[in-house]
Amino acid sequence: MAEHHINLPEGSLLKKTTTLNLGPTHPATHGVFQNILELDGEKIISAESTVGYIHRAFEKIAERRPLYQITTLTDRLNYCSSPINNMGWHLTCEKLLGVKTPKRVDYLRVIVMELARIADHLICNSIVGVDAGAYTGFLYVMKYRELIYEIYEEVCGSRLTTNMGRIGGFERNFSAVAFEKLEKFLKEYPVALAEFNKLFKRNRIFMERTMGVGAISAEKALNYGFTGPNLRAAGVDYDVRVATPYSSYEDLDFTIPVGTTGDCYDRFLVRDQEMWQSLSLIEQAYRKVQEFKGAEAEVYHADAPEYYLPPKGDVYTKMEALIWHFKIVMGEIDIPPGEVYNCVEGANGELGFYLISDGGRAPYRLHFRRPCFIYYQAFEELIKGGMLSDAIITMSSLNLIAGEMDS
Amino acid sequence: MALTNDIIQQKLIEKFGDQVSGFAEPYGMLSFEAPKDLNLKVLQFLYDDEELKFRFLTDLQAVHYPNEKGRELAVVYHLHNLVDNVRIRFKVFTDISQPDVFTATRLFAAANWMERETYDFFGVNFVGHPNLKRILNVDEMDYFPMRKEYPLEEQTRVDKDDEMFGRD
Repeated sequence: MAEHHINLPEGSLLKKTTTLNLGPTHPATHGVFQNILELDGEKIISAESTVGYIHRAFEKIAERRPLYQITTLTDRLNYCSSPINNMGWHLTCEKLLGVKTPKRVDYLRVIVMELARIADHLICNSIVGVDAGAYTGFLYVMKYRELIYEIYEEVCGSRLTTNMGRIGGFERNFSAVAFEKLEKFLKEYPVALAEFNKLFKRNRIFMERTMGVGAISAEKALNYGFTGPNLRAAGVDYDVRVATPYSSYEDLDFTIPVGTTGDCYDRFLVRDQEMWQSLSLIEQAYRKVQEFKGAEAEVYHADAPEYYLPPKGDVYTKMEALIWHFKIVMGEIDIPPGEVYNCVEGANGELGFYLISDGGRAPYRLHFRRPCFIYYQAFEELIKGGMLSDAIITMSSLNLIAGEMDS
Repeated sequence: MALTNDIIQQKLIEKFGDQVSGFAEPYGMLSFEAPKDLNLKVLQFLYDDEELKFRFLTDLQAVHYPNEKGRELAVVYHLHNLVDNVRIRFKVFTDISQPDVFTATRLFAAANWMERETYDFFGVNFVGHPNLKRILNVDEMDYFPMRKEYPLEEQTRVDKDDEMFGRD
């Protein structure tokens, strides 16, 4: 009989531990991740992460594209909150080009960025629930992510990879329907979020599954380059929106929730509180948008004809718009030389853009600082010594997005 | 007193003399360079100094300048002092034929994967790195794709057989 058996590697029958390939397409890993785990029973002895399964060479591709075509690449980084990436990219370009955006544009940007943050945190928190065995919450809140996606649709026409906005502002003004949908969301979502919290926050099973799991100290988190909610859950109050305000965040009033233990439960709580803060930010920004009356309420982009594609109607009927359109599309506009680093508070950390221009049409070099690529390296250490099921929950509570990690 | 770029520049010159050079402030961020042998000494000084406290490594990557002979590759560190909220950019340049740069992994755990990525795309050899192998590209790759000698495919080429992609 023995000759019918598969040829096993030498010594594998005598080995006391089990090697488990978790991923690359395991349903519990929420994306293309591979972890080679060495298990003793259910306990993890050692782990090795392999990344790069969906690497698409964005940084190389960007070296041939004019600025406005790079927006679509940023969509595909953290695809759970594309608008933040889009706005981060526009802000970087505006910093390089010295374009000043009107206040109304800033507030509209705050609205979409905070909506994106809510969508992202909502997915993350409900997925943590799924991995703890509670599917209900996830299915329930999907309806509210849908409401957010409908607002995106009204603003830019697409849902997931939004390609929203332009350098200098938005491609068109927010429609009345967009504001109606926003109001609907602001009315319905807090109720649902409160209910969602009731399911989880003081749920005994959920607490026992997440407390003390995947914990990291503040010192370690900083050394590992953690940013965003994961860092704040460890007790460091660093938030780009406060440290280096952009898009008029300094006009708005909000607090930065911090945790203490840096474990999955604290990460859940921090994300939850951030959603409430985002709601308040949206409300404040929306009120400020409503204060603009008459001609001011029609402002949705800065005056930057060299980089802002003119409306299509004008291109067909007005000489000047046609000229600018031609120049932009045919690549006759050179970017001024310069070196700039700009960052925004992405949904899972500091999303940075390091842009070097040598005066050509496309960037000389563009580097994305992808927060989850940087903090995922701590994963091996976080799960060592824990149970296999804790590894899964730790992974989802870190909010790893394969698209962002692999760039 | 708030930490300003002038103070940082002064302290660096005090410590390293004319070995640190190229001070500039593009868009308000202090940027400077040092010889590549000194990269760890500079990083350690920036980390340890009680006033400077640059203890957060924001980003680490490389840039390829094929026309600058002898200093083709630049390794760029973005450091952040979270207490005073000051960022700086620190560069070391290296010859592409011998791209050895000391690793910063002992100082920053975050540097581990960032250096692997930089090695993967530019071939910078980080001396002393615990696990310097490719990270995003396949292990079998035998070149460093982000270097400028590997241009992207010509967009207008017509000699490709598109049948396999359903286009004919």
